[in-house]
Parts: sequence; C-alpha cells; structure tokens
Amino acid sequence: MAKFKLFNEDANKSPLKHLWRHFKSNHSALVGLWVFLLLAILAISAPLIAPYGVNEQNAQALILPPSWDDAGQVEFILGTDGLGRDLLSRLMNGATSTFGLAILAALLTTAIGVVLGVFAGLTRGVKSSVLNHLLDITLAIPSLLLAIVIVAILGPGLMNTVWAIIFALLPQYIHSVRNLVAQELSKDYIVAQRLDGANKWQILKTGILPNIYEHIVVIFTMSLSTAVLDIAALGFLQLGAQAPTAEWGAILAENLSLIYLAPWTVALPGILLFIAILSTNLVGDGLRHALQKRRAS
Amino acid sequence: MQPILKVQALNKQYKTRDGLFRSRFFSALENVSFCLNKGETLAVIGETGSGKSTLGRILAGAEASDRGQILLQGQIIEDDGKRIVHSKELRLIFQDPMKSLNPSLTIEKILSEILELNTQLNEQQRRDKINETLLTVGLLAEHRNYYAHMFSGGQIQRVALARAIILDPLVLILDEALSSLDPSVRAQTVNLLLSLQRKIGLSYVLITNHLSLVRHMSDSLLILDQGKAIEYGKTSELFSCAQSKQGQRLLSC
Repeated sequence: MAKFKLFNEDANKSPLKHLWRHFKSNHSALVGLWVFLLLAILAISAPLIAPYGVNEQNAQALILPPSWDDAGQVEFILGTDGLGRDLLSRLMNGATSTFGLAILAALLTTAIGVVLGVFAGLTRGVKSSVLNHLLDITLAIPSLLLAIVIVAILGPGLMNTVWAIIFALLPQYIHSVRNLVAQELSKDYIVAQRLDGANKWQILKTGILPNIYEHIVVIFTMSLSTAVLDIAALGFLQLGAQAPTAEWGAILAENLSLIYLAPWTVALPGILLFIAILSTNLVGDGLRHALQKRRAS
Repeated sequence: MQPILKVQALNKQYKTRDGLFRSRFFSALENVSFCLNKGETLAVIGETGSGKSTLGRILAGAEASDRGQILLQGQIIEDDGKRIVHSKELRLIFQDPMKSLNPSLTIEKILSEILELNTQLNEQQRRDKINETLLTVGLLAEHRNYYAHMFSGGQIQRVALARAIILDPLVLILDEALSSLDPSVRAQTVNLLLSLQRKIGLSYVLITNHLSLVRHMSDSLLILDQGKAIEYGKTSELFSCAQSKQGQRLLSC
C-alpha cells in the first residue's frame, strides 16, 4: 500500500496540544502564566538574589521612601521600613514564605486530596457515603475560618498555618475529585474497558486519570489562590507567620502603624499579594476556559 | 451443528424505588431464549423499553442477569447471573462509537491495552496485530497514532469495529451501533460487516429499530415486547406472517 501523507492540521493534534493552543489564544491567561512562573522562580531563588538580609537593619536609613522619590536612596530601591530593613529584600523573601509555602500547601493538598478523592469515587455504599457526608459538614465552614480554628488548636506559627490550610482545603478537593471520578466512571469507554477485562487499578490508570488530570490542575490553581490569601490573612492576624518573618501578610501587619508616615511599606506587599492571587486566578481561569473550548470543538 | 451462542430462559429484573420503603420490581427480560449459528445474524427489535438494550448489555457482560444461562460453543459462560468465564469471544459495539473510545489515548494505546489484558503477545506482535486489524476494517496502519477526535463519523465507527474484532471474537453485539450514522456511511459499514462475516465467519446480534437493515442483514429475528420474546423465527418468514398483533404492528411499516 502506498504511503499516505497524513494530514497534519491543527485539529490533528493530541488533546494536550489542543489545550495549549486554546490557552495561548487567551492573552490575559498567558500573561498570568508568565507572572506566575516569575513569582515561582522568585520564591525559590529569593534568599540568594536578595540584596540585603531579611532582618538586616540599617540604622542610618530608617523609613526611607522608594528610590524614585526625592528623598529616596538608590541602594534601597523600594525604600526601608521602620527598623531600617530593606523592603525589596523583605518582599522577595516574602515570596518564599507566602507564595512558595502556598504552592507547597497546595501540592500536598493535591497529593492527599487526589488519593482520598479517587478512593471516595471508586468505592460505593457506606464507605463512600461516610467519607462524603463527613466532608459535607466541613464544607459548610469557610476555609479561612476553618484554618483559624485549626491554628487555634495547633498554636500560631508558619508551619502550623500550612497544615491548617491543607486541612481546610482538603474537603473541597476531595469532593471535586470524587465528582470527577464518578463522572468518568459512568462513561462508555470505562464500561468498554471493564469489559476488556481491566481491573480497578488499570481503569484508574489508563481510563480515568488521563482524562481528569487537567481538571485537577484547575482545582490546584483555585486552591493555590485560596492558600496564598489564607497564609497572608493568618499572617496579618498574627496567627500565622510571626513578627520578624518576612511574610507578605505579616509585613503588612507590622507596618500598619506606619501607614500615614510610610504608605509604601503597606502598599507594596498588598500589591504583590494582589498580583500573586490575580496571576494564579488568571492561569486557572484560562485553563478552565481552554478545557471548555476543547470540549466544545 | 452446534449453535455458537445459545441463550436459555434469561431473566432480568430491575428494582425501582416506589416511595420511601416500598420498592417495586419490573421485568426487563422474561424467559428470553434463542440460538445463533456461526456466520449468521440475529436481529433483535422491539419498542423502547422492551429490554433489547438490556439483552445486549447482559450478553456482553456489562450487566448480570438474574436467572438463565448463556452458552458459548456449548460452554456455559453465565449461569444464573454469575459470569463464569470472562469472555473475549463476545464483544459489544456501543451505540455511540465516539463515547466508547477514551479521548485522551491514541488508538494504538487503546488497542494495545486490550491485547495486553487478553493475550500473551509481545510488543512487536501487538503492533503487527494492531496494524493488521486497522487494515481489515479499512483504515491505515498510520491511524494508530490518531486520537479519537481526529476521525470522522464513518471512520470512528471503523475504529470501534477494530476495537471489537481485534481479539478475534466469535460474536459481535451491535447495540444500535448503526443508528446514529448517516445513510451512506451506514451502507459502507453494513457492507464492511457483511464482508467480515463472509471472511471470518463472525456472528452478529443486531439490536436495532431499522427494519430495512434487519431485512438486509439478519437471518433470524427476535421481537421483544416488555421483556418477553413474542416472536422468534426466520426473518423472511416473520416478515411475511407474524403471529402476534404486536409483531405485525412492528413489522408492517
């Protein structure tokens, strides 16, 4: 038989490439992705590239405005706070404790949530319903409130906050994954695979997971933005990161007394928080739209 | 000659909730029996809710029956709802071929998994088998790198067919598999099925509502009404003189 030239059009691509094409066409999502990646790199490398130490005090440069102000100095690009600490260095390190730890919390939640969610989705009857309805109770409480309750039990501290956030995010996660799995299970190709003689593990591996992991990424981004906000909120309430730690929420709280004298010390961490959450949401939203578009096409 | 597929007094009941504590049973199949010889086609027709889809699903093993036996080549494969042999000789083709193929996997991965689960072929043999099967159903070997969404309606039906015949089955169950196709593609698929029947000696259980298709393809005909077999016989005879009123009504159009 003659070798055919196969038609290699845009529509003739793998589902993943399709998704990327739809995602790319959404410019705001793409910008969000770049900002997200930049923040992630910053979170990893901040201690190495920050010009000053986190708690290095410069007694001769207290409450210095940013360098573009007439009174500012170029050595302290974003100015200094009430104790003469370089704000740029603190904000960079804040990316590690706020954004980095939020990613860590969201990843851990994903790991635990996917395992439990898949288990809940694959089991039937009493086991599944106990897991589900217990989780329904916790779903009624907002995640921040739940995190505060858990911190109240564990005691304040940054790592405790991470655990609190993991526990607070977990119920939604398990619920979403369970629904995804249950939805997949009713599809014809899963029935077909079962008829081929595949056991539960094989159905999960080749039938369900390849079809839901993109949705899991969407849930991941949503829980990530919640995690960033919760870590910052707990830090601001002084339940999370404690005073000298450079964490955006804690920096905000620390400098709140200086708000009239040095508004940049409050505005800058706020803006960063805003950018971090916005970029995460843009990526998540873009991904969700791309998934919808792919399903429609 | 021993029939290839024999079904004896198959029963299936569904439980429906009726109020909080009461539940009602309704029979989807009642004492359905039939025989199917090698290389022949049995058509199953009936109104919506007559149990013909249930019959297909039970035959394929997607659901369990309550009572009755299914025999394949004289061997019991299902006895009173217990599937004794996981049968790869009975394969189901779904109503919507697109939905029966995993959208995230290439055709090669889908077919290869079926072979891995049911045969002892090594990787090279699997690859050869996939190529051969794709050629049999009128596709190209290159199509194995395609995903399901890249095929057109007629092609996807062929992929579904390849999926069903790759294990060299004896009986194919076509559950309304031809209904969703447009006339020209349906004609192509029917010709493909008939030529496969001549070549490999496949038997078909054709579950459909399409009377001209029944007349064209089938050797015998089973008419179901509310789970009961009201007519069973040679297609040509039944079309000329159906006994029951229901049968006459179904076949008259």
